[in-house]
Amino acid sequence: MRRNTWLAALQGAVVPLVLLAIWQAASSSGLVNAKILPSPVAVAVRWWAYLAPAEPYDPANGGYIAWLFSGELIMDAMGSLYRVVMGFLVGAILALPMGLAMGASRAAFRWLNPLVEVLRPIPPIAYIPLSILWFGLGNPPAIFLISLGAFFPVLVNTIAGVRQVDGIYLRAARNLGAGPLTIFRRVMLPAATPYILSGVRIGIGTAFIVVIVSEMIAVNNGLGFRILEAREYFWSDKIIAGMLTIGLLGLAIDSGVTRINNHLLRWHRGLEH
Amino acid sequence: MSDILINHVYKRFAVPGNEVVALKDINLDIASGEFVCLLGPSGCGKSTLLNAIAGFSHPTEGGITVGGRPVVAPGPDRGMVFQEYALFPWMTVFKNVRFGLEVKGVANDVADARVRELLDMLGLSEFGERFPKDLSGGMRQRVAIARVLALDSPVLLMDEPFGALDALTRRSLQDELLKLWARLGKTIVFVTHSIEEAIYLADRIVVLTYRPGTVKRDIRVEMPRPRDAASPEFNTLKRELSRLVSEEQQRHEAAERAGLTTD
Repeated sequence: MRRNTWLAALQGAVVPLVLLAIWQAASSSGLVNAKILPSPVAVAVRWWAYLAPAEPYDPANGGYIAWLFSGELIMDAMGSLYRVVMGFLVGAILALPMGLAMGASRAAFRWLNPLVEVLRPIPPIAYIPLSILWFGLGNPPAIFLISLGAFFPVLVNTIAGVRQVDGIYLRAARNLGAGPLTIFRRVMLPAATPYILSGVRIGIGTAFIVVIVSEMIAVNNGLGFRILEAREYFWSDKIIAGMLTIGLLGLAIDSGVTRINNHLLRWHRGLEH
Repeated sequence: MSDILINHVYKRFAVPGNEVVALKDINLDIASGEFVCLLGPSGCGKSTLLNAIAGFSHPTEGGITVGGRPVVAPGPDRGMVFQEYALFPWMTVFKNVRFGLEVKGVANDVADARVRELLDMLGLSEFGERFPKDLSGGMRQRVAIARVLALDSPVLLMDEPFGALDALTRRSLQDELLKLWARLGKTIVFVTHSIEEAIYLADRIVVLTYRPGTVKRDIRVEMPRPRDAASPEFNTLKRELSRLVSEEQQRHEAAERAGLTTD
């Protein structure tokens, strides 16, 4: 078992390593312009400089941990993460009750669904001009855009989740003496969680896409801002270093969410992981 | 003393371009502590009648009283066991059994003690912290039985509870149910389409006709328990019931061929 996972990891590393080798060879041989495509080594060096603290350690400026995390990359990643979390929370906290209401009540669905159907296909990116008009620059328009990106996936999945609750559970709960409130809280809500959580996962993924875009227009830190800034200086090595960081952060967020989901859904039959 | 009174019950369903009479003038008087099986082919209205007793659907005409009170809605005085178990998959076995007690507002320690007692009674003590997905069909149905027993209702309604189980598991649950029934003195209304199951379990077998559902025959089973499926009396009764049920099954199939129904 253990041996197999090692073997699988080794196998998975083969293709990226070969590509890196080809990339490095192309750069060192001068086949491609280093301004257009810097070598992997140059990217790694730049990535390290981006990650490492800018100033040497000085106890007068605060603790060691604070110094360790004072690098530009860490600050950017924290900034992006903060926006994702805030934007996602705003979007999900609005979407969840609305989705529960629309799923549970036909009247609520009839009132609200036409509006949802019209607004849902508008990509959050299309709200950029309006968000700047409304919120100016800085975090508020970014969080607004991210919350839009998170809102619809959570909403749509919550509605579907409540609607697909098997009638047999409701019958059993009524038979056991449960009233409407208890049924909603203890039967419909948990029965809908697999759907809701997959909406959460999609919503966080969308939030992460939107954060990068919104940082390119509205704020002056964050990973999205940094790679656009690097382009202005022709720092292609920093662009790629920033992109890799975005990828790693996205992977970390997604695997964190998956772990939480798996814990919450440990009762569920069809688990993927 | 009668526990369940079914008085001139009719149930009609509107279907496109037609009306189905599922139940027609059903009159039954079920005594307290009696074990009654409702037997018939699919479409005879046996589940419809059980759902009406449970309060999930209302008769078009007529009335049902349980323990002297008219049935208007589902309630914990009539615990129901479903063929599909209907356990809450997000709750552990322990929490499933505890659910009805929590709804009732029973104090925590009393509820916990009661749940432990029931799990013990049904041989589930080891499984309290498992989720339903990790249990076999037979175990799940034991949990479902424990869950309704927790309600301490005088009446148990069972809708083909063992229909999805293999023959051996089925027999062991039937024996277990009989033991519980003898010990707890519940009134049981048990829907089945298995003739053998009805004879093995019931004090009284009510055979229903295919649409409209009426009482075709109401038979007392006097054989002492445990009943031997190989005994001559068992087989005489089985032959008699087979004839009655297959007449109705033929009417069902004739209706199907005439395109009157698809179920």
